Amino acid sequence: MKFAIALFSPPHAPASRRALRFAQAVLDGGHEIVRLFFYQDGVHSASASVVTPQDELDSAAEWRAFVSRHQLDGVVCIAAALRRGVLNEEEARRYERDAANLPAPWELSGLGQLHEAAQLADRLVCFGGN
Amino acid sequence: MAKSLLIVSRQAPWAGPAAREALDIALAGGAFDLPIGLLFLDDGVFQLVAGQQPQRIEQKDLGANLQALPLFGIESLYAARHSLAERGLTEEALSLPVQVLDDTGLAALLDQYDQVITL
Repeated sequence: MKFAIALFSPPHAPASRRALRFAQAVLDGGHEIVRLFFYQDGVHSASASVVTPQDELDSAAEWRAFVSRHQLDGVVCIAAALRRGVLNEEEARRYERDAANLPAPWELSGLGQLHEAAQLADRLVCFGGN
Repeated sequence: MAKSLLIVSRQAPWAGPAAREALDIALAGGAFDLPIGLLFLDDGVFQLVAGQQPQRIEQKDLGANLQALPLFGIESLYAARHSLAERGLTEEALSLPVQVLDDTGLAALLDQYDQVITL
């Protein structure tokens, strides 16, 4: 089965961990993830600037490793990310900010990517909505 | 055939960007001609109140974006009757033509859509 997974909560929220474990289970079960789409405060779950105490789960780092390892299509909404200071090199340069915190494998793109993923997938599963 | 998507918008317009971001999903879907529904639930019904003055709290007006919904082909707009009643709102006070649904109607609505996003 094809899954699209949307995340709306920051890395310290329980929903971010649940989404990560769900995504891992999807692949472990032999299913496909057509796209991960991070929106609202979910953009923080893709940030490379998050510093987590050593004895706590670093879900932002785990997400990054997970997306890289499985070469997934990991998309962060550009409008939601800019508003919250989650920038890749290109956007940091464009808006003359000192630091970028969204390296590969993440990509910044628009909400059309969420709709496309929802159309391509058999199931859209959302985590961390209000 | 395109899958239909219901967006459930549950936040007041002054509660941060959630209301605007839920609306943006709807507008983006409309731009792609997708079958989109938008349900205002819980504090989300506050978005529909006419005559708001968001500039008094240094916020932009969400109303203009809401009025754009029909232009984007999004005419399936709903509000929960119990959410309106709990907040002392009547249908006449709303700025958009929405279908007001009781709890049975809400259950049927959720069933009717292929996918649901709650924000």
